[in-house]
Amino acid sequence: MSLLDVRDLAVSYNGRRAVEGISFTVEPGETVAVVGESGSGKSTTAHAIIGLLPGNATVDQGQILLGDTDLATWSSRRMESVRGVRIGLVPQDPANSLDPVKTIGAQVGEVLRIHRRGDRRTIARRVVDLLTRVGLPEAEALARRYPHELSGGMRQRVLIAIAIALEPSLIIADEPTSALDVTVQRRILDLIDDLRTEFGTAVLLVTHDLGVAADRSDRLVVMKDGRIEEQGPSAAVLADPRAAYTKQLLHDAPALSVREFRTAEPPVREPAIVVRDLVKEFRAGPSAVSRAVDGVSFEVAHGTTHALVGESGSGKTTTARMVVRLTRPTSGTVEIAGAGPGRLFRRHVQLVYQNPYGSLDPRQSVAEIVEEPLRNFRLGDRAARRARVGDLLERVALPKDLLTRKPRELSGGQRQRVAIARALAVEPEVVVLDEAVSALDVTVQAQILDLLEQLQRELGLTYLFISHDLAVVRQISHTVSVMNQGRIVESGSTSQVFTDPGHEYTRELLAAIPEPVR
Amino acid sequence: MTRYLLSRVGQAALVLWAAFTAGYILLQLLPGDSVLIKFQNPELGLSPEQIAEIRAYYSGGNPPLVDYLHTLLGFARGSFGYSIDTGTPVVERLAEALPETAKLASAGFLLAVLIALVIAFAAGYSRTSWIRGALLSMPSLFVSVPVFWLGIVLIQVFSFRLGLVPVIGGSPAQQLILPVLTLAVPISAPIAQVLARSIDQVYTQPFVPVVAAKGASRWWILWRHVARNAVLPTLTMAGLTIGELIAGSVVTETVFGRNGIGRLTEQAVNAQDTPVMLAIVVLAATVFVLVNLVIDLLFPVLDPRLEVAA
Repeated sequence: MSLLDVRDLAVSYNGRRAVEGISFTVEPGETVAVVGESGSGKSTTAHAIIGLLPGNATVDQGQILLGDTDLATWSSRRMESVRGVRIGLVPQDPANSLDPVKTIGAQVGEVLRIHRRGDRRTIARRVVDLLTRVGLPEAEALARRYPHELSGGMRQRVLIAIAIALEPSLIIADEPTSALDVTVQRRILDLIDDLRTEFGTAVLLVTHDLGVAADRSDRLVVMKDGRIEEQGPSAAVLADPRAAYTKQLLHDAPALSVREFRTAEPPVREPAIVVRDLVKEFRAGPSAVSRAVDGVSFEVAHGTTHALVGESGSGKTTTARMVVRLTRPTSGTVEIAGAGPGRLFRRHVQLVYQNPYGSLDPRQSVAEIVEEPLRNFRLGDRAARRARVGDLLERVALPKDLLTRKPRELSGGQRQRVAIARALAVEPEVVVLDEAVSALDVTVQAQILDLLEQLQRELGLTYLFISHDLAVVRQISHTVSVMNQGRIVESGSTSQVFTDPGHEYTRELLAAIPEPVR
Repeated sequence: MTRYLLSRVGQAALVLWAAFTAGYILLQLLPGDSVLIKFQNPELGLSPEQIAEIRAYYSGGNPPLVDYLHTLLGFARGSFGYSIDTGTPVVERLAEALPETAKLASAGFLLAVLIALVIAFAAGYSRTSWIRGALLSMPSLFVSVPVFWLGIVLIQVFSFRLGLVPVIGGSPAQQLILPVLTLAVPISAPIAQVLARSIDQVYTQPFVPVVAAKGASRWWILWRHVARNAVLPTLTMAGLTIGELIAGSVVTETVFGRNGIGRLTEQAVNAQDTPVMLAIVVLAATVFVLVNLVIDLLFPVLDPRLEVAA
């Protein structure tokens, strides 16, 4: 008998179907990965299993058999005896998934207290054991600390300790590593694997990242629009995908598709961007100073893409902000060939942010958003500006009928196209892209990357591409600088850095990319 | 931490000084004065020259700046001067009125907090939308009820119609019931509103489903996690209602005929009894500043994230 047997499950939000009659099983001790893009119904499925659907969601039909009990018919109150005991949850966002006002120890011990496993002293001892087991040092001292004092990776370990505390037979890991740096991501996934082997726990891994799924699972369930497109043993699905959608996912996932490196012509003009000995210090206390950027230098040739790659805290975003003159450097220089002084600088250099939703004014229409830079610089009359907005939308392949829409009516990919169109409105020569594709689903990400390449060819743009995602960087950039703790540890052409890394840190980063088809 | 404490206490002292000075200047600018009100009665038969003499006697005949410094020094030493109206030391009049108001205000505040907690928790726990809606509309209703009207209605209903609470001659506790209720209802409104809203906001935090996934019951989640996190903004609001509490007790004490600071304020204003009014301004400011100082110092205790900043 399967550990978990989901049969013909359908879930809807306010009457709109999000999951339409899906069936799959999880056997004891195995890892099943549910893969899909946003809106595919993968998270809804996971939440339905543990009975944590939001108030406006209903299970319309089907069974969720855990052993021989059908959880789909259980009330939320009855589910309290299952949650934590038979099913554990590792959530998506370690930064906000722990109560900020309670100690780590209290929050790990809580699951034991809720289910009355021992007195205060036994629980305190068990908490230390659990924290040690998930690889956290000095567990006793750590138990007295608060979540904000821990790094993202440490918090995710704490959350895993909570999930395994009562040795459940199933752990649902909902995008457990999406918010973490690649090197941390690998260690967390290794930990989940270890615990699975040790306790014989089955893992239902929900992820948008086909690379992670393929790397870590025994079986794959590929979802799209609330339906299962394909399921089967991971190796078989990867080697011989049946569904067209799986093929597309495999093609678009940057970690899985091996493309040619982009190579640049030898530069004929002087470089478009020259950064020399850039330093940025922040005050970290009354007398302490922290160096976010510590002597960074690089050059970017005209019409090419240079990537700054690194993990969180590496100083890559601060560097980008200094390049676009949003932050003043403590010392060092940034020279951008042909850029004017003051406000004219913005006609030459534009920035595209990570979060396309946050960087678009929710009250403006698409037309107003794209037109705004033209109005700011008084470029053309009303009719000329309108024509230009139309051209820009066409360039980024957005249909004309979106002109009157508001950002919230657009998909994530469409929003990022709008942001790119806005950046291109004043005909800049340099575009700085700060994690510009990180928040997007892989198929959308692939489309945006294609668009960026195409625009670069047509308009001769120079890109400074900031990213934590090595697979994306490998695909888009001509040259790369690898940043760690405010310094550039290695730089060179993309092919050289990726095939023959010279620095230990670069090798570590590259090894952390999930790569099932090595 | 000690530095933080010292700077906060220093700030509090500065606020008190500013309140004193503003109060002093405004009271000096008032047209007419207490001497005129008290001695202009034609039956006393005093000539304008004699009234001027009396005025000089009370003010000590000093220039305004000297008088200001003299009064400030007096306040710093705890001596508030003499009431012009009755001739007794202001301290005595305050000491007489203070216990009554302290009882009323503290009981009123506690009841207000209790009402707010019940409304906000019931709304946070309830899953039926019309009950939630009804509970959440209560604060706006409460805040729009005028204190004097509520007081009169409560006396009408509970004392005259139902005969539950005697109007005259009840025990001290009985006499407190209706005024406390009158005072508490409008003050509970902003506290309930802020608490209910922050409870809703905390419910959307990602850590809530994580606690639920541990198998915690709805009550456990609400009480141990959501409430703990929602209390901070509410505390700020509660501190701000102290001002309203003082204003509310003036009206309440007048309606219920209680001898407290509220009544004293009313009498002092009528008689333009400047020393008493100034003392009341400074007293109210002191209470306000102290309560908010305590709340500020509580913040890092309740939210460990603020400790670093402190």
